[in-house]
Amino acid sequence: MIRAHLACMAIALAVLSLGMRPATAQDLIADISNHLISITSDFKGTELLVFGAIEGGGDVVVVVSVQQRDNVIVRKKDRVFGIWVNAESAEFSNVTAFYAVAATSPLEELAAPEQLRLYEIGLDALRVEAEPDVDEAAKLEFLDALIELKQANGLYPVAPLHIDLVGERLFRVKIPFPADVPVGSYLVQSFLIRDGQVVGAQTSPLVVSKGGFGADLYEFANEDGALYGILAVLGAVMAGLLGNLMFRRP
Amino acid sequence: MFQIYLPIAEMSVDIFLLLGMGGAVGFLSGLFGVGGGFLMTPLLIFIGVPPPVAVGSEVNQVVAASVSGFMAHWRRRQVDFKMGVVLLSGGTLGSAFGVWLFEILRELGQINLVISISYVFMLGSIGTLMMMESVRTILRRRSGTTARRKAHVHNWAHGLPFKMRFRTSRLYISAILPVGLGFFVGVLASLMGVGGGFLLVPAMIYLLGMPVSVVIGTSLFQITFVTAVATILHSANTQTVDVVLAGLLTLGAVIGAQFGTRVGAELRGEELRGLLALVVLGVCATLLWRLITEPSNLFSLSVVGLN
Repeated sequence: MIRAHLACMAIALAVLSLGMRPATAQDLIADISNHLISITSDFKGTELLVFGAIEGGGDVVVVVSVQQRDNVIVRKKDRVFGIWVNAESAEFSNVTAFYAVAATSPLEELAAPEQLRLYEIGLDALRVEAEPDVDEAAKLEFLDALIELKQANGLYPVAPLHIDLVGERLFRVKIPFPADVPVGSYLVQSFLIRDGQVVGAQTSPLVVSKGGFGADLYEFANEDGALYGILAVLGAVMAGLLGNLMFRRP
Repeated sequence: MFQIYLPIAEMSVDIFLLLGMGGAVGFLSGLFGVGGGFLMTPLLIFIGVPPPVAVGSEVNQVVAASVSGFMAHWRRRQVDFKMGVVLLSGGTLGSAFGVWLFEILRELGQINLVISISYVFMLGSIGTLMMMESVRTILRRRSGTTARRKAHVHNWAHGLPFKMRFRTSRLYISAILPVGLGFFVGVLASLMGVGGGFLLVPAMIYLLGMPVSVVIGTSLFQITFVTAVATILHSANTQTVDVVLAGLLTLGAVIGAQFGTRVGAELRGEELRGLLALVVLGVCATLLWRLITEPSNLFSLSVVGLN
């Protein structure tokens, strides 16, 4: 399922690259240090190394992202009778759950906004959509808040991720993932930009999933809640009785 | 130091912090014979557990905390099962209603607020009552007089229909009262993660007129089963029960309660009760403070269809 999805994305990107200016396939080669990030019980965040080489000069941009499947509601608190209460809200679809971008030069110097938007490079290029009931003014305010919250949580890393080009050919960059990184099928896209145009692109799949005992429990709780609850009660009853037995006074 | 990942709360917490909290609240419950759910849920919220998960997990822990007490009273034949079943019929309905309300409030984005406000009201009133009671007892002891209470009071409640006979409690009263009481406590269990003993016990004595000897055992019967029902309903509908969290709290509480019981047997109650009242009022004030101070960020995110 995930593989099929990725294959579709790869084909779509291949089709996109057909429309690009001529650049041989060898002009950009990229790979990542790890194709699977497993969130186990002691997970404290991690880094992903994206590395590669370019031929014939140019700038490199690396984008790591994953879409949120469900809609996201942004809520704003307001003071009601002296208490801070969730009041106004706005619902967004097609929200990017995690988005990191790294480049050899500042994005605005690399290409025109239209070109960046086409390849979804940079936060301004994200294709978030507000639900129909959200008016324009609210949309701007709540979208800014969404991006700020994501940045504060490390899900849209703000620290400028600079890519160093070694000898005009080799590049490498570390992408930081926080402890509460969302699970999903990520895309790691590397772009080669020359004279304001994207002339090469390469995509690597990255899967972030929960692993270990915690993941099994989470899955169990969400897929068979009633049985999970019955077992939770049985466990509590056993624990209560056992504790009583162990400490019973003679 | 020793972080453990709570899979439903989706956060990492120091394992000894949880054991310590379980131990401290368990100590208090052993000392005073209270359940402790009403202190544990706010403490969990203070350390950053999402309020809905704090409630769902705490209601699971209360099952463990009350079951052994219920068994002990059962062995001593201090449980009015007929009364317990009538209370429980209301409790089951109330618990289901509470979970339904919980889901609606969560969709509206108001569940955290309602949990906090309910706690402010509940802790505020229990704390004040306990403080008054303890001050009164201390003053009375110093002046050397003892007040006497009538054994059985006839009030408006005895005029209600659907009367039932409860042999163990030697009562002939309307079933509406225990069903209604059970319902209310059931709602509290689902919405706040408490057993509700602090409310059940006085209501059973003063409102239903039950003999004190069977009140504790019968209330523990009702609490054990209602929190069990609430745990299953929350697991099935809201997915807020974190068994890792509940298990660690239980482990701490079982040990803490043993020490609490021993210390409680040797110490005089009134000063300690006053101290517990201060703790309760302190927790209440902290919750209230969090509601009235401007949050650092007015905005929050939530994913549709997820907790």
